[in-house]
Amino acid sequence: MNGDVGLGGLQRDAGLRARIEDFLYLEADLLDEWRIEEWFALFAEGATYEVPPTGEADETDPATSLFYIADDYVRLRERVGRLTKKEAHSEFPRSRQRHMISNVRITGMNAGVADVTCNFVTYRAKRGVVDTYYGKHLYRIDCHAEPFRIKSKRSVLGMDMLYPGKLTIII
Amino acid sequence: MDTILTTPQMVVEDPQRHLFRVSRRAFTDPAVLEAERRNIFDHCWLYLGHSSEIANDCDFITRNVGGRELIFNRDRAGAVHAFLNTCPHRGAMVVREKKGNALSFRCFYHGWSFNVNGRFASRFDEGNYGKEHYGGGCADLAQVPRLESYRDFWFVNFDRNAMSLADYLAGAKEYIDLVADQAEAGMEIVGSGQQYVINANWKLLAENSIDAFHGFPVHSTYFDYLKNIGSLRMDSVGSEFTARGMTNLGNGHAVIEYASPWGRPIARWVPSWGEDKREQVERLRKNLIQRFGEERGLRIAEFSRNMLIFPNLVINDIMAITVRTFMPDAPDKMTVSAWALGARDEDHELRKLRLFNFLEFLGPGGFATPDDQEALENCQRGYRNLREAGWNDISKGMPRQGPPMNDDEEQMRCFWRQWRDRMGSVP
Repeated sequence: MNGDVGLGGLQRDAGLRARIEDFLYLEADLLDEWRIEEWFALFAEGATYEVPPTGEADETDPATSLFYIADDYVRLRERVGRLTKKEAHSEFPRSRQRHMISNVRITGMNAGVADVTCNFVTYRAKRGVVDTYYGKHLYRIDCHAEPFRIKSKRSVLGMDMLYPGKLTIII
Repeated sequence: MDTILTTPQMVVEDPQRHLFRVSRRAFTDPAVLEAERRNIFDHCWLYLGHSSEIANDCDFITRNVGGRELIFNRDRAGAVHAFLNTCPHRGAMVVREKKGNALSFRCFYHGWSFNVNGRFASRFDEGNYGKEHYGGGCADLAQVPRLESYRDFWFVNFDRNAMSLADYLAGAKEYIDLVADQAEAGMEIVGSGQQYVINANWKLLAENSIDAFHGFPVHSTYFDYLKNIGSLRMDSVGSEFTARGMTNLGNGHAVIEYASPWGRPIARWVPSWGEDKREQVERLRKNLIQRFGEERGLRIAEFSRNMLIFPNLVINDIMAITVRTFMPDAPDKMTVSAWALGARDEDHELRKLRLFNFLEFLGPGGFATPDDQEALENCQRGYRNLREAGWNDISKGMPRQGPPMNDDEEQMRCFWRQWRDRMGSVP
């Protein structure tokens, strides 16, 4: 699927990419609106959500390298549950967020599961301080499912260190 | 107003009335930070890095310590150095990468080169520089005045006349041993560290890192998580080891020690790890008891310890081991560097557990550290009221008969007494 297709393939790609973009915009909207449990429902059972350390290769392994976030499905469920509680003090009162997605590309396709990359900028505002997170998301998205389901999401930060200090929201 | 609150001092202790107060100006005033740089960071031993980070000859890392830009490296013969990362020529930082391995350093500005032992290595044609230029070391990289280590933890001191590191660490050495002894093959920093900013005064993190009083109010969601996944075990094996409370280690250092509610990869199993890990962890535990005897072996395996080495090094041996240091950028801003420490020969699965244990609690994406940051930043914000509400209370446990409890505030009082003594008369 990487540029080895004729015009027909490109049109098919464009159609799929548009559907994937719609899906990613839906995801961003759920996060912007703090509909965090609905956001979690976009993940397939057994899915993972990760934020690797800054400045390391995209494929860094959380078993050997210290990640900021390396959630399996259970830890992700618990992260979401935690964020719904008032006692998650860093997000009480809740911050305001806005998720921007661009440069969406399908980089691979295997048995209906698409490898997708996109750039992101996420803003988080609280108590007069605006935090900016940017980088790229690496997704594996099951396109057979209706609606689509996320099998994995890895958010690779573009900054050289974590200036905002916290990663309490889903970027 | 209470007379205790009208003195010009910043730290006020009244043992008769069981009162200990710290002025909130200590957290907000730029003149205080300036005095801290001169009186504390220019004279105390400051953590630089761990031997494992420069394991091979010619390895180097660059690091900001005590407000300076430093090179921490091993030369061709394996000797460890700490250089001021500034070219003797015109001042540019000579090494610009975060880490690497190099046979020499070369300043990109005008090309002055240095061997990795710091010696000037360029040879310019005759006429460029006189003989004097090459002698006397004035063209060499400047060394940090003092560099010493204890059990693979390297420290620098910018005061040539400072006491030895061993004397400075005082009682903290025993607790570094409890970490360093966890593996026969030695310990190592795992992966790269975490670096992040907190918008709060650096002393707030010094206090918070050894504060057991805040544990349940601030971290209830973390304990909920442990409960939900089966990682909470309140039974302390070896009930003769009750909470050890708190120990004053001297020179402003202090530690709290307590029975762990969580699993420890070295070597306290919890059900969420599964039966297959149980045996493996039990073997580690037996090995510790074999090496150190029942009491010390179980102490290493079972107990958690939060230690502050004055002024700004934290070694917390809890559900994982974090080595954490932090420097003020401004009165209301600090940069934190935190690393995970593990056994050098650790089994792959246990290493994974250790890293997951770490990130579940610790760091910007954990279920606990961000709430600490929120507390610190809220304190800093609250200090805007200092003209009308100007004092922190650090008195908890002062009337207690017998040794202090780990959720008293005596460990913070140790910090503040040292801070007071080193600051002298504050502006």
